[in-house]
Amino acid sequence: MASAVLSIATQCVSPNASSLSINETHKGKAKLGGSTLRFSKSSGRISMTVAVNVSRFEGIPMAPPDPILGVSEAFRADTNDVKLNLGVGAYRTEELQPYVLNVVKKAENLMLERGDNKEYLPIEGLAAFNKATAELLLGADNPAIKEQRVATVQGLSGTGSLRLGAALIERYFPGSKVLISAPTWGNHKNIFNDARVPWSEYRYYDPRTVGLDFEGMIEDIKAAPEGTFVLLHGCAHNPTGIDPTPEQWEKIADVIQQKNHIPFFDVAYQGFASGSLDEDAASVRLFVARGMEVLVAQSYSKNLGLYAERIGAMNVISSSSESATRVKSQLKRLARPMYSNPPVHGARIVANVVGTPVLFDEWKAEMEMMAGRIKNVRQKLYDSISSKDKSGKDWSFILKQIGMFSYTGLNKNQSDNMTNKWHVYMTKDGRISLAGLSLAKCEYLADAIIDSYHNVS
Amino acid sequence: MAVRNSLSGQLLRRSSVVAGARFMSSWFRSIEPAPKDPILGVTEAFLADQSPNKVNVGVGAYRDDNGKPVVLECVREAERRIAGSQFMEYLPIGGSIKMVEESLKLAYGENSEFIKDKRIGAVQALSGTGACRLFAAFQHRFHPNSQIYIPVPTWANHHNIWRDAGVPMKTFRYYHPETRGLDFSGLMEDIKNAPDGSFFLLHACAHNPTGVDPSEEQWREISSLIKIKGHFPFFDMAYQGFASGDPERDAKAIRIFLEDGHLIGLAQSYAKNMGLYGQRVGCLSVLCEDEKQAVAVKSQLQLLARPMYSNPPVHGALIVSTVLGDPELKNLWLKEVKVMADRIIGMRATLRENLEKLGSPLPWQHITNQIGMFCYSGLTPEQVDRMTNEFHIYMTRNGRISMAGLNTGNVGYVANAIHEVTKSA
Repeated sequence: MASAVLSIATQCVSPNASSLSINETHKGKAKLGGSTLRFSKSSGRISMTVAVNVSRFEGIPMAPPDPILGVSEAFRADTNDVKLNLGVGAYRTEELQPYVLNVVKKAENLMLERGDNKEYLPIEGLAAFNKATAELLLGADNPAIKEQRVATVQGLSGTGSLRLGAALIERYFPGSKVLISAPTWGNHKNIFNDARVPWSEYRYYDPRTVGLDFEGMIEDIKAAPEGTFVLLHGCAHNPTGIDPTPEQWEKIADVIQQKNHIPFFDVAYQGFASGSLDEDAASVRLFVARGMEVLVAQSYSKNLGLYAERIGAMNVISSSSESATRVKSQLKRLARPMYSNPPVHGARIVANVVGTPVLFDEWKAEMEMMAGRIKNVRQKLYDSISSKDKSGKDWSFILKQIGMFSYTGLNKNQSDNMTNKWHVYMTKDGRISLAGLSLAKCEYLADAIIDSYHNVS
Repeated sequence: MAVRNSLSGQLLRRSSVVAGARFMSSWFRSIEPAPKDPILGVTEAFLADQSPNKVNVGVGAYRDDNGKPVVLECVREAERRIAGSQFMEYLPIGGSIKMVEESLKLAYGENSEFIKDKRIGAVQALSGTGACRLFAAFQHRFHPNSQIYIPVPTWANHHNIWRDAGVPMKTFRYYHPETRGLDFSGLMEDIKNAPDGSFFLLHACAHNPTGVDPSEEQWREISSLIKIKGHFPFFDMAYQGFASGDPERDAKAIRIFLEDGHLIGLAQSYAKNMGLYGQRVGCLSVLCEDEKQAVAVKSQLQLLARPMYSNPPVHGALIVSTVLGDPELKNLWLKEVKVMADRIIGMRATLRENLEKLGSPLPWQHITNQIGMFCYSGLTPEQVDRMTNEFHIYMTRNGRISMAGLNTGNVGYVANAIHEVTKSA
């Protein structure tokens, strides 16, 4: 067989190595054009092998660092003592330490004691989790749930759930576009791009007021072709922290109904924004109560601190239970070639916390505590800036905004100054994560913001 | 589309006049019910069956001799050690560095020069499926005109993965129905006839669904020919350690290719060999020319992963890195994985013995020739249906039997059923 292999070798030599001139011999290797001939002895035979030096992925460029997750990397590399990480939205305690919720520890202990097995979940995920998450979102006695019109599939946190929704749109609504807010969470665009779903923007952030451009938003939603998917943040808009008022939500729902659009909610902060699970779900429930068909992606990264467990859900509220069944089956068909079935650990934690009344109550209290700390920090920051800044600029948007993030109104150069001069790490769009701010650091941050705003253009 | 829009549009205008009115028609009218997943659908049907005799030899999840799922002791211990840790913050997009390091050592060799030279671009992935999907997406992005050659047959989900990633598939001969073994000459011919520089999907060990693996000598010849043709070898290794009981031995094919100088791609899974099925933990690696390229490739894999799931789940990764990173736990794991592999090998022998004792007219040595969790029995779809309908034995219609579902309690029953449905074949 060895001789047969060698004869094939001389017949089918690749064009690159056509000149069989031996350029140099080096430790039993010989260079052959672009490849290296290696001579090795194996089982008494000398065989000639051509080492493949030219890779199939030769021309692959280095990808840019992720604009959000890259901030933490840069922060970690900074050796300065005063550095502050206001980049990624992960909750920190007043001591700026990561926080594992007590209910999560308790749930995990229960799970450890029970010795649950590690079998595959079904493609749609843990049934107990799916039930709990839909009820949390809509309310346990919501008619949509009672009438079995809600298709819920466990997803890989918010990102994975959004990606499932995007894949559903690409497959079953070819040509349909998604309307996303300007600005929105950076990864939204990546998700729809990679899922090959075209998108355009609706006006959202008004830099003059550092608030909502409501007229622009309504106009742009109206102008979109019928049947557009409209991506809405259920609460605590990321990155601005600016949410519509209840009255504005009603008007948004009006225009979406009029234009026969489909609302697609991203709910990443339920409970984390106001401290109340029900209040933060009000926008979604409003749309569902009107009988609209709605897509909703959920995440438990922030509100249960389960970031790295990747636990969330894709919900499709449909007009009939029959339709919901079909939609669920197709969501599963999209998930199977992505990851087969979702990770079990986070799902069990959520199911245990929500399903155990005493743990559920504890969770609500811990969530109020976290949301409360954010509110306190907002107040302290506002107080610090207002007392230090004599220019008369209105900084009250800091108090009006809600949730983990605040859009400071700083531009890219100013944001760079925050980092380069003050070692405050944030994203280039001027977004700061209040979850990474302690009361103790508010004065320092106030100084940094005032300097960047006034002295850098 | 226009018809649907106008219909629901009219209804919409009518119904929006009445506050809170229900929509009559749905956006999702055109969405058809998906067919049941051929593999996971088997378990669903099994669970619904009320018969006391029912046997599930469908999905590939290990069971002990009592038919119970097993959580390895090394895993339980790892979980005790990591309990209460503050590890819930997001992993990097590429996952747990420690887990990836350990995975590369396991696959490429503890002292691999490629690891030393940092030539491997690698990320944590969502088990084997996620690793394959990430590679398929990577292949699509950087070689948009390429195809993937997959063996006939292969794991059903391979088709879905490359299809949904937008990469067309071609096939190469693999299974030889007449011998229930490898169609080696067909395989070599198809490798030779594929255009130079094609992408080939290879099962590193314990081929799923057939259990038929090339011999070491055959792997060497496959490697030589693939090298001559300049093909790209992508390995799916879902059973390292689980096939023979020895992870080093199960990685033999990969080591042969590495020695030969191939720049391989590799999907690894810990679902079976560490029993971490539901944790979804695995690794995707691409061996590059040099460190610079490895860094670039890893960055691009991360760019693909971010809009899929942002960053991978931590729990399973922590278990893997704890087990593999601690010599005591790793030794325990090696023992436990051998126990699992040995039980399977034992069941193969018993099933074959039983069939031969029953006086089956058909040859059954393929049961013991094949390796790993699955046996390609040779049963036809009709025979499989009889197995299910008459005997409540659940398996996939391609005749694949998951040996892990067999135990001393049911192997006789299953042998008898196989004999019944095949004796007049």
